[in-house]
Amino acid sequence: MKKLLLVAAVLSSIAQVSQAQEIDGTLKKVKDTGSITLGIRESSGPLSYLDANQKVIGYHIDICYKIVDAVKAKLKLPGLKVAEQAVTSQNRIPLVVNGTVDLECGSTTNSADRQKQVAFAPTTFVTNVRMAVKKASGITDLDQLGGKPVATTTGTTSVALMRAHEKGKSIDFKEVYGKDHADSFLLLESDRAVAFVMDDNLLASLIANSQNAAQYAIVGPALSTEPIAIMLRKDDPQFKALVDDTVKGLMKSGEINKLYAKWFTSPIPPKNVSLNFAMSDALKNAIANPNDNPVEAYKK
Amino acid sequence: MNYHWNWGIFLQQVSSSDETFLQWMLIGLGWTVAVSLTAWVIALVMGSIMGTLRTVPDRRLVLIGTAWVETFRNVPILVQLFVWFFVLPEFLPQDLAMWVKQDMPFKEFLTASIALGLFTSARVAEQVRAGIQSLSRGQRNAGLALGFTLPQTFRYVILPMAFRIIIPPLTSEFMNTFKNSSVAFAIGVWDLTFVSRQMVEETGGQVIETLAAATLLYFICAMAANRLMRFIESRTRVPGLIIAH
Repeated sequence: MKKLLLVAAVLSSIAQVSQAQEIDGTLKKVKDTGSITLGIRESSGPLSYLDANQKVIGYHIDICYKIVDAVKAKLKLPGLKVAEQAVTSQNRIPLVVNGTVDLECGSTTNSADRQKQVAFAPTTFVTNVRMAVKKASGITDLDQLGGKPVATTTGTTSVALMRAHEKGKSIDFKEVYGKDHADSFLLLESDRAVAFVMDDNLLASLIANSQNAAQYAIVGPALSTEPIAIMLRKDDPQFKALVDDTVKGLMKSGEINKLYAKWFTSPIPPKNVSLNFAMSDALKNAIANPNDNPVEAYKK
Repeated sequence: MNYHWNWGIFLQQVSSSDETFLQWMLIGLGWTVAVSLTAWVIALVMGSIMGTLRTVPDRRLVLIGTAWVETFRNVPILVQLFVWFFVLPEFLPQDLAMWVKQDMPFKEFLTASIALGLFTSARVAEQVRAGIQSLSRGQRNAGLALGFTLPQTFRYVILPMAFRIIIPPLTSEFMNTFKNSSVAFAIGVWDLTFVSRQMVEETGGQVIETLAAATLLYFICAMAANRLMRFIESRTRVPGLIIAH
């Protein structure tokens, strides 16, 4: 009888141990289906964009594949299938929430509002919202643009930032809107707008790939400084821990600096032009102290 | 699905703005209605002219009508919109081009209305032609025999009957105009689609509530168009003209 009790106790403790290691959430889903789905953006250079062969590449894509490697190791699934699903700024949150996409590797601003719906990996890029102008226009500041047409893209935070700037400084732009960044840039290129207000990395990428890159400049103070991060489902502690550990590992080992150099200060496809986009102090700080603070924490 | 519902979002103030999201939606609705109605007027006028031209004896006029219909019917509406907005001004003299690009009042609204109006006019023209051709040739001959000129025959005999016959397909076209007006956001008109996209962004992703409201408002617009056409149909009915089956 005593022996039996002992066996039972040992068995139950084994059960407890294995229960503690039971996987759930996204990791369980990935294990059960044998595949993980990455959400990608098609024109958010150089974080996530398509090259000449329509293959998705970029800084966040590289980081996401490091996370995929960690998932493979954790689940002991070397043959894990990786699917890529193109997302837009309109559908990326619903697709993460409803399980279509497991990891969104685009250019999503981490904000307190969004944290009600989704979770974010530690910040891996910090963008400044500034403006691109034609050098010949001599414009250096938004405040010179009262009554002039200023472009931005529909469905972006820049629309709200311009509104706030107008209200704060009592100036009145004539806003014009492109349906995507390429259209907004076309508004600037064809003189329908004298400035294009957007994330500076996107502006640098659009300028580098334009027909006459030397014609344009990114000018003016930052309207906003925003943390950009990889997005995942909320309330999924196991997956979040794995993502966090992987990203923090890249930051600690300095590997993230190599990835940054590869995409921001070296020639990149499709035109083999470098963006010459030095790392900002805000990003250096985010790498030295990894965190998933929302944009609100960046406002002084 | 772990969605964070918030139907109260519509009463929330838009940041750095005096409006609520509900007011935004209504502004968007206003522009959608404005673009659609303007486009519909253009479509009816141009469609009636071009559709009639395709049924007259003069081959040159028929050719003009046919060319009009095939041009506007065979190119996607979004492409037409971009041609009017981005391409056409490049062919204008420099000063005029800059005025059109930067200073012309309501340039997005006007461009969208004209583009959608002309696109729809090709479809209206085909229905007008079909209405006219569905009448027996004797009607036209009778008009001419009574001493009417050809234009008078069209004005007093053919078109009043043809238009009554094509009210049902025109109803669909009118409803389509409201739905097709959603392309206007692509050149920056503050319509319902534009507001929805911006609202999703500024609410941190309240997609379902936003799209539900936009869907409802589009539905109401299309339904109102439908009811209005039904009303016109019943008011203009001539007993015995179209035999009920």
